[in-house]
Amino acid sequence: MAEALLAAEGLTRRFGGLAANQDVNLSLERGVLHALLGPNGAGKSTCINMLSGDLPPSEGHIRYRGEDITGMCAHQRSRIGIGRSYQRTNIFPQFSVLENCRLAAQSRNQRPWRIFTDALGLTDTVERARAAIDEAGLSGREARIAGTLSHGEQRQLEIAMVLATDAQVLLLDEPLAGMGSDESAQMVALLNGLKKTRAILLVEHDMDAVFAVADRITVMVNGQVLESGPPQQIRNSPDVQQAYLGQEGAHD
Amino acid sequence: MNSRLAAMFKLLALAAVLAFPLIGSEFYAELVAKILVLAIFAMSLDLLVGFTGLVSFGHAAYFGVAAYAVALLTPADNPALLWVALPLSVLGAALAALVIGVFVLRTKGIYFIMVTLAFAQMAYYVFHDTKFGGGSDGIYLDFKPSAAIGGFTPFDLAEPLHLYYFIVAALVAVYAFLTLLLRSPFGRVLVGIRSNEHRMQSLGYATFRYKLAAFTLAGALAGLAGFLYAVLFGFVTPEYLSWHKSGDVLLMVILGGMGNLAGAIAGAFALVGLQELFSDWTKHWQLLMGGVIVAAVLFLPGGLAAMPARLINRLKGESHHG
Repeated sequence: MAEALLAAEGLTRRFGGLAANQDVNLSLERGVLHALLGPNGAGKSTCINMLSGDLPPSEGHIRYRGEDITGMCAHQRSRIGIGRSYQRTNIFPQFSVLENCRLAAQSRNQRPWRIFTDALGLTDTVERARAAIDEAGLSGREARIAGTLSHGEQRQLEIAMVLATDAQVLLLDEPLAGMGSDESAQMVALLNGLKKTRAILLVEHDMDAVFAVADRITVMVNGQVLESGPPQQIRNSPDVQQAYLGQEGAHD
Repeated sequence: MNSRLAAMFKLLALAAVLAFPLIGSEFYAELVAKILVLAIFAMSLDLLVGFTGLVSFGHAAYFGVAAYAVALLTPADNPALLWVALPLSVLGAALAALVIGVFVLRTKGIYFIMVTLAFAQMAYYVFHDTKFGGGSDGIYLDFKPSAAIGGFTPFDLAEPLHLYYFIVAALVAVYAFLTLLLRSPFGRVLVGIRSNEHRMQSLGYATFRYKLAAFTLAGALAGLAGFLYAVLFGFVTPEYLSWHKSGDVLLMVILGGMGNLAGAIAGAFALVGLQELFSDWTKHWQLLMGGVIVAAVLFLPGGLAAMPARLINRLKGESHHG
């Protein structure tokens, strides 16, 4: 079995009387792309927010390499190797592409005391940023101001920033949202490359993309896990078809 | 090309400031010295407002704490030692900022503005309503700190010309320090926090600690300005900590253009210069001042610092058309 990096055990999150997540179990392994599916309001965002530390769970535990990290906040989780991207593009729009990724890379070795050192002269940081830009397919765009990139490129930049933090676990919240078909195909190719060396959780609405990249799929409905298994099992599951795929049937 | 032009302009401005007391009258030399001290104050606030995105409306507290520190450190019958009084005053201001920062940095946006103001008002009333700082009358600083090192005295702050150049040196040092700081890894993080603090956290930065460090540092530099101000005028009053003072320095930063150190200096010159000019004309000078500030906000986005670039663009635009 592959190395399990991040595991959610019985995660529950209540907002008042509403259980946005109830007893959710998930396991992310290196080399595996795990997709999280579900209709709007199923609790996917709540789940990813708890895993990234943006939202504390009401009950349950989160383990990273076996260690309980439930009490860690977002920046601590980032430091140990859990990176996330956001559904709504969340970059530094006034900065260049390189500076976006350089800041991300600098977080691994912050050196705040070196106040007389030019940050651009710290080659380890700059190189890490450039490598992430290359891997995310943004080479040649380093000097562009991030806010002027196309929507698809901004989504790529989101991922490049996570890569620049050297994250071992990628929590990707709808990286394909709002993308055209060409851009989607590019992103799918990127995800296929990324999962080889990392553990990925992909929250996504685009069914075709999910079935093209996922090794494992968990379907959530009303805050609970309905079914979890390999794509073939999910595709053929009557429960899933009933709850989520609806009248459209399976995507064959 | 453009940055070279800017560098040349800054050097020229520095040369003018250096030459000024040799040509101008003593009155105007003291006025320029006052502006230079306030320029240090404005730069220290710009570190928070312009670069970290923290709009502090109580920055005079740290200015005032250091001013009182030097007054209280000066014995009644002889001068304090500069090399002791200066670091202690700056440290006192930094400590005040550190303690207040721990509380105020838990808030954001409009609440941050209100809470910084509230703490500054508390500090104001501590000095205003208690005896140890002379109450509402303040304290006279009968002796300017002595710069003696052993038996040797390199300069004498009681000498107006020496004090003037000491202030110029402090301004240049603060400008250089902040310029270096802002290109360092630390400075880059501050600018990232201004742009998108939430993302900085998710990238692995403990942003609270960075903001607290920036707040403390800005307090220390405001303290340096307060120290110089007290030494320059020879007395301190609770007014140094008042919200007017906090508002004035905020106006300097806005007028000069937030997030630009040279702009903060220009803002100090503009605000104090206009105050002097208008109060010469009429006793209702604050009305005129208000009009200028409204006009600046409406017609000068980016403040004075953005003016050269706008002028150049306009000239270029005209030569294209013509």
